[in-house]
Amino acid sequence: MKIIAISWHYLWSRPLVATLNLLLLSLGLASITFLLLVSHQLGKAFERDLAGIDVVVGAKGSPMQLILSGVFQLDVPTGNIPLAAVQALQAHPQVGRLIPISMGDSFRGFRIIGTTPDYLAHYQARLAEGAMWQLPMQAVLGAQVARQTGLRLGDTFTGSHGLAPGGHAHGQNPYLVTGILAPGGTVLDRLVLTPLESVWQVHETDTALDDDDRQVMQAEREVTLALIQYRTPLAAVAFPRFINTTTEMQAAAPALEITRLLNMLGVGQDVLQALAGVLLLTAALSVFIALWGAVRERRADLALLRMLGAPPRKVAGLLLCEALWLALLASALGVLLGQGLSALLGWALQLEKSVLIGGLAWPAELAAVPVLALGVALVTALLPAWEAYRISVFELLQSR
Amino acid sequence: MISTRSLSYRYSGGPTLAFADVEVPQGGVLLLGGPSGSGKSTWLALAAGLARPTAGQLVVAGQVLGTAADAAGLKNAPLDAWRARTVGFLPQKLHLSPALSVHANLAMAQWAAGQPQDDGRIMQALLALGVQALAHRKPAQLSGGQAQRVALARAMLLQPRLILADEPTASLDDEAASAALALLRHTASRHGATLVIATHDSRVSAHFLENTSEKGIFRLQLLAF
Repeated sequence: MKIIAISWHYLWSRPLVATLNLLLLSLGLASITFLLLVSHQLGKAFERDLAGIDVVVGAKGSPMQLILSGVFQLDVPTGNIPLAAVQALQAHPQVGRLIPISMGDSFRGFRIIGTTPDYLAHYQARLAEGAMWQLPMQAVLGAQVARQTGLRLGDTFTGSHGLAPGGHAHGQNPYLVTGILAPGGTVLDRLVLTPLESVWQVHETDTALDDDDRQVMQAEREVTLALIQYRTPLAAVAFPRFINTTTEMQAAAPALEITRLLNMLGVGQDVLQALAGVLLLTAALSVFIALWGAVRERRADLALLRMLGAPPRKVAGLLLCEALWLALLASALGVLLGQGLSALLGWALQLEKSVLIGGLAWPAELAAVPVLALGVALVTALLPAWEAYRISVFELLQSR
Repeated sequence: MISTRSLSYRYSGGPTLAFADVEVPQGGVLLLGGPSGSGKSTWLALAAGLARPTAGQLVVAGQVLGTAADAAGLKNAPLDAWRARTVGFLPQKLHLSPALSVHANLAMAQWAAGQPQDDGRIMQALLALGVQALAHRKPAQLSGGQAQRVALARAMLLQPRLILADEPTASLDDEAASAALALLRHTASRHGATLVIATHDSRVSAHFLENTSEKGIFRLQLLAF
């Protein structure tokens, strides 16, 4: 008979208490797992979408709004900038690659983004079926868009004005689906991509009164913003200042803004972490009470072990082992529960077409969960184990 | 064998119990009598090496158990091991662990003694007391008599030289008490073990007077104070 087996039997000799404690401890650990997973996946999602974009240039306004709308396609944009200004930037010696982005319409809640093939190349997007667009009014769908709208190659659809569903429909200018992207886990998954010219064409044919009017509008063509990769890292110092002081546009560095955002989110995360900590503390207290009760209840049994020749440390070890069993089971259950919760959240968020979270991830930080569980078990078992250690055999002999 | 010399034990902040000397040869029977509070439990604890005498000395199965300062005595850890090998204990309330089967209860005794599990030995011990068929039952599924046999099997598992039985007839009717005592007597004599029974039940001494030669019976009557 091994101590592991005996302590297992002892643990389950009181099934209700053991189950309740297991649940309580698991819930505490699950909430910590959940927080770890969400912050890990959020960080990764930001990192993925941010990769290689040094600066975003758009209309003046909140720099964070510019980043959220331009890079992550979450917020509404700050406004539009003249195409001519962007074309001028393209010639700037510090600018390596420039990707223009034009937005304003959506299809069933998914944004229709006018851009160049560079945008797809930037995220190394692969076509699952079909081909890239060749002409205006052709569109390539992100994987999630295709899945949720059910659109196929050769289908046509019309965008509606505005980024939220329910805007005025541009009925005269249907788009043709020429390609569908493979899922890449990037922002592209939830976008409808089309050449820049499509966006202009939709709005010009919709609003132009005659050909003269169209000429004027063509001269005033705009894009929403531009994603820029520097030619040299040194540009990070001078380029944003150049944009912000000498043009009507603003430049925002995504890395900077995201750090700011994560810091702000961090406060919320700290609060959640504190709550999870309180939950865990409650669980620890409950486990302590249970173990303490177990020692009290089993004083005679433990004293008998001494009588049978067990040294005190063996008796204390038995109790410790019982606590460790609880920790082990609770970690396994807690991690599974946490994974389930974050998968659930990921599923819910995907429906809202925002940041991508989901799927199973096993970040290294997750190792903290069993470590925490073991720590809680050890700390809570310490006093009961000590009580078991110094149990007096007289109590057994005198239990009349 | 058990022999004691001017044995006394003092509870911290309490009274001092002094015990009369006894001399019991190996295989003898010692009846430890007296009202509650007279020190029966203390005497048992001293004989099992669970408590150290404040003064005096006792020798149990050839081992000196003395005061903490007694050089001939054992230190704590060897004392635990000695107890596991030498003393079989039958507590009044039996204390079979309800979470474990009969077999596992005996296996736990081997674990407590720091010995590897020996299923053959366990079955042998159960067989000797006629309860081998109950090996996989839980203690709650045993009758009072069966439970006592299992507890005795556990006490005898490591073939001790000394059996300490604490009030083995308490709350038993005459017939059952007589059966329990006969079982103890037979088991002890089969193993050649010294048997110590702490009791205030007059049926116990009557039973032994009827069934044993006067030579083999020793008495230590403790007095209330």
